[in-house]
Amino acid sequence: MAMSLIWTVMVGVAILCGLATGNGPAVAKGALDGAAAGVELCISMMGPLCLWMGVMEVMERSGIAQGLSRLLRPAIRLLYPDFAGDRAVMDAVSANLSANLLGLGNAATPLGLEAARLMAERTPGVASDALCMLVVCNTASFQLIPTTVASLRAAAGSADPFDILPAVWLASLISITVGVTAAKLSSRCWR
Amino acid sequence: MDLVFTMLVPFLMLAVALWGLARRVDLWSALTDGAEKGLKVSLRIMPPLIGLLTAVHMLRASGALELLGDALGPALAAVGIPAETIGLLLVRPVSGSAALGVGAELIETYGPDSLVGRTAAVMLGSTETTFYTVAVYFGAAKVGKTRYAVPAALCADVAGFLAASWAVRLLF
Repeated sequence: MAMSLIWTVMVGVAILCGLATGNGPAVAKGALDGAAAGVELCISMMGPLCLWMGVMEVMERSGIAQGLSRLLRPAIRLLYPDFAGDRAVMDAVSANLSANLLGLGNAATPLGLEAARLMAERTPGVASDALCMLVVCNTASFQLIPTTVASLRAAAGSADPFDILPAVWLASLISITVGVTAAKLSSRCWR
Repeated sequence: MDLVFTMLVPFLMLAVALWGLARRVDLWSALTDGAEKGLKVSLRIMPPLIGLLTAVHMLRASGALELLGDALGPALAAVGIPAETIGLLLVRPVSGSAALGVGAELIETYGPDSLVGRTAAVMLGSTETTFYTVAVYFGAAKVGKTRYAVPAALCADVAGFLAASWAVRLLF
């Protein structure tokens, strides 16, 4: 629903603004160019994306994700003190975090949802501090190798698609730190 | 230092392959099965990308994005965010595919190695589709009272946009 609205607003604004600025013909041409660009973009991204999904599949099958999940356990306990003793929740949360780090989005979501469901059993209908923290952590991105973006840059002819890695790590770290801090502070004063 | 990050990915591929071999994983079929999933993902994102890039190209041709950038640009520039990324800031928390479409258009128009192109890429890489994630998680947990989750998540988004702009200026 949200998308239908956004799309209609985008097209409507483009037409109104095009008429007002005398760019009407360019808007008409833009529609067709854009549709073609969508296909071109997808095809040029396909190769790098497939390569990465292949590497990720090897990571998943060879147990790298599970190893990372064990490594992350102590940090997870600090973030979710209320559930530190709950084995099932801790397993799901740390597996969710490690899948997010490795960019295994398809694996991360079901694990995170399982953790959310288990957390909500204690406080039905109301988001506990732990559940808020889980959601904030999952709305922040902390992928070690942002493959989709790198594929996008490669498709546009970047000299070095991965040179943004340190910048992405820095920005992700700041973003997640602010999110976690905001959640921790709010948990003290928000009823 | 640059070479370290450039070669990180090929080395990571080799490391993962060696680890897989040591753990007696059928490496080749894992690799090709994963690539097949990649094909499916590409096909799944193609229809939304066609729709969104159509709208984004229309918006760009109409001059609306420039107008919006002119209106809000000075405020953004004051905190260090390139005015051209305004469209990306607006759609990023709402729709992942729309953000991908707008980001792709920015990277294509300004060049992947330009300040705007890099900032757009870092913004895409360091933020998530906040409202979608919130809806899915609270939906799965059947939770109606979300308390401070949305404001805290949006704080993280704003911090991510600012940090992306600063990091690109600092590192390139």
